[in-house]
Amino acid sequence: MERPELKIRIRDLSVQYADGTESLHEISLDIYANQINVLFGPAGGGKSTLLRTLNRLNDLADVKKQNGDVLLDGEDILSPDYDVIQLRRRLGIVFARPVPLPMTIYDNVIYGLRLAGIKDKAQLDATVERALRQAILWDEVADRLGDSGYDLSGGQQQRLCLARSLALRPEVIMLDEPTSGLDPISTFKVEQTLRELKSEYTIIMVPHSVQQAARIADWAAFFLQGELIEWNTGSRIFTNPQNSRTEDYITGRFG
Amino acid sequence: MATIVPTSRPKRRQVSLAEVLIERAIQVTGVSGVLLVILILVFLIREGVPAFFQVPISSLLMTRWYPIEDYYGLLPLIAGSLIVTGGAAIISLPLGIATAIFIAEIVPDWAREILKPLVEVLAGIPSVVIGFMGMLVITPLFRTVLDIPTGLTAFTGMVLLAWMVLPTVVSVVEDVLDTVPRTYRDAGLALGLTHWQTISRIVLPAGKSGILTAFMLGIGRAIGETMTVMMVTGNAPRIPRGPLDIFLPIRTMTATIAAEMGEVAQGSAHYHVLFAVGLALFVITFVVNLAAAAVVFRSTQRAERMLS
Amino acid sequence: MKLPRQVSQRIAFGFITLAAVVVVLPILYIIGYVVVQGAGAVTWTFLLEMPRDGMKAGGLLPAILGTLLLTVGTALIAVPIGVGGAIYLSEYAKENAGTQAIRVAIINLAGIPSVVYGLFGLGLFVIFLNFGTSILAGSLTLGIMTLPVIISTAEEALRAVPQSFRLVSTSLGGTRWQTVQRVVLPQALPGVITGIILGIERAAGETAPILFTAVAFFLPQLPSSVFDQTMALPYHLYVISTQVPGMPIRIQYGTALVLLLFILSMNLLATLIRRHYRKQRVW
Repeated sequence: MERPELKIRIRDLSVQYADGTESLHEISLDIYANQINVLFGPAGGGKSTLLRTLNRLNDLADVKKQNGDVLLDGEDILSPDYDVIQLRRRLGIVFARPVPLPMTIYDNVIYGLRLAGIKDKAQLDATVERALRQAILWDEVADRLGDSGYDLSGGQQQRLCLARSLALRPEVIMLDEPTSGLDPISTFKVEQTLRELKSEYTIIMVPHSVQQAARIADWAAFFLQGELIEWNTGSRIFTNPQNSRTEDYITGRFG
Repeated sequence: MATIVPTSRPKRRQVSLAEVLIERAIQVTGVSGVLLVILILVFLIREGVPAFFQVPISSLLMTRWYPIEDYYGLLPLIAGSLIVTGGAAIISLPLGIATAIFIAEIVPDWAREILKPLVEVLAGIPSVVIGFMGMLVITPLFRTVLDIPTGLTAFTGMVLLAWMVLPTVVSVVEDVLDTVPRTYRDAGLALGLTHWQTISRIVLPAGKSGILTAFMLGIGRAIGETMTVMMVTGNAPRIPRGPLDIFLPIRTMTATIAAEMGEVAQGSAHYHVLFAVGLALFVITFVVNLAAAAVVFRSTQRAERMLS
Repeated sequence: MKLPRQVSQRIAFGFITLAAVVVVLPILYIIGYVVVQGAGAVTWTFLLEMPRDGMKAGGLLPAILGTLLLTVGTALIAVPIGVGGAIYLSEYAKENAGTQAIRVAIINLAGIPSVVYGLFGLGLFVIFLNFGTSILAGSLTLGIMTLPVIISTAEEALRAVPQSFRLVSTSLGGTRWQTVQRVVLPQALPGVITGIILGIERAAGETAPILFTAVAFFLPQLPSSVFDQTMALPYHLYVISTQVPGMPIRIQYGTALVLLLFILSMNLLATLIRRHYRKQRVW
């Protein structure tokens, strides 16, 4: 099978926080364009840290030491004079708990555009519709864009957060347990959305269960306590894991 | 695929000038606190230190304050402040703890909604109004009830000061009661203790350092009070000789400054001595408030260790 | 003699209730007494006329105006610096020795007696900078005195805003200032405003800081510039109750009532704002 296009290359990445906890230890991984790349494993494995390192959201946290390289389209994004603002527009993130901003649905979706100084009403209106359609939320909210983001249900709020990221038309979308706390129908809708989005975007996702990972992963990486144990295509890693610890986790012997 | 926001030079971050200016301004205001403390200290020293050159130290430590005849003994003023403040703190602490317990533990919720703002209203009443009422209502009352020649006494000052300091004490003790974990109380009740026993034997001892903080903050506030004491303590600089002397007039450091500063010639010994008194007040309140903050800091550290 | 536990509790709670009553009842009594004694004197003429006959008759206009001017002056100085300082401490500063020093400084400023601020104002603004006894000197002094209160309450209000909002704003490409300006500050605004009102309220009632920096007892004309002296309600009350023989009691209580009303209405405003926005909060 031919290797798909390389989007992000991570080499020997280690991240240690100021309180001494080492979150990532010498991780080397490739993220492929237009694929669903899944990072799975038990809690504390460093998956969230990796996501936040990729869009340098970690700059806000108390990071003591950070070594290694992360290359996005060949450019080192960890270097201090890299434009982090632009980086965060290229790598969108959706968090585990939906966090609508305290504003209307409309303002939530175009928040990122307003930050960038885009004011043209026609462009904003068009973006709102496009983003909400891509997040499969448009039909449900089209007639109440002026409502508060907090008037929506949990699943709708999460899709709103997705639309908010999609509005900036990023190249990569990262989702950190986006369906935890959602009912099965909303979960199904989100997974469906991701399958449709991968044709336009690169997706990195932390699933909330092994089953979810097995359902949608094109590529999967198993993280255990800050180390990358195994990394392979979705079909191979879930049917025939090479590492015994991977197998133990997948079969539920620990979690 | 390009993102929706095109940039010409993706590597260099474009920061608007307005934003840089605003962030600079914010940084400046941030350090303003330190700058102001230094500034205040500088001016107090500038105008207060000459006093030590114009008036020999030995006479500053005398017991007679009578500037008209060049008597600058500070002891009566210091004694006055200490006594009125000490008395106020001693009165306010048990009252404050009791009120805090009453509001936080005993009354039903609807009463709490009324009582808490009411105590806060007390904090807002200007000291000159309290002094005014004290002068017109309390002093005649004490004069008749306690059968003393005048109601303008140290005792009157203590009582009013204690009452004014209460909102501070009550709010700190309330926080203390809040911070003691629910599990402590539940454990007490599970062991068969009554509500009062739980409070007195478990919750209050657990909040010891908070109560100490309340005490010290109360002292800090009381020492600095000016108008009320000026209006009800009689403004007679004297050193009390026995406990019953609290029923005689007295004068505090703060009242001295407020009463006499308007009449001094700038640059005179009197002027500089008043500034020196102000400098002394600055140092005293600095030490007291710093100590209170240190107690809070150490207790939060201990709490974090316990709960982590 | 060991009392049964229920009896001990009843006694203890009895004492506590008594103490609380001793504390709370006088608050109502003071306010009630001033209202009753002073209400008769507070008429529109009282509020809007100039005083006559050595203050023994006529109105309080210059004192009321003076207090308003000083209050506005205090706000102009304390609010920008205070809110700016709070934003710095909450959103920008790293927790290091420098910020510890700033916090210690603010604790210190908060504890300085008001009369010492008066001395400072006298030394720096009246004498050294040669502003003379003036509204300017008084406002600067009161403003600096109010600063620590505003910084503390504003910082608390800013910190209360959930971190998740900042994370979201940053992840969408926001700079720190954009995040503060568009999300954090608007959400913290009710708390900040409440703190400002309470701080200003306290400054309005203070006498000692303006004693040597701004006020005079009797000024025949209203102030026309910031370099003029002014009358002010707290100082006015002090003088008429202690230094003017033959001052009608009704006028004294009336002055006290006007001052009290001014202060308490600000208190009420702050409480209403706080209650209203607490209900609207989404976090």
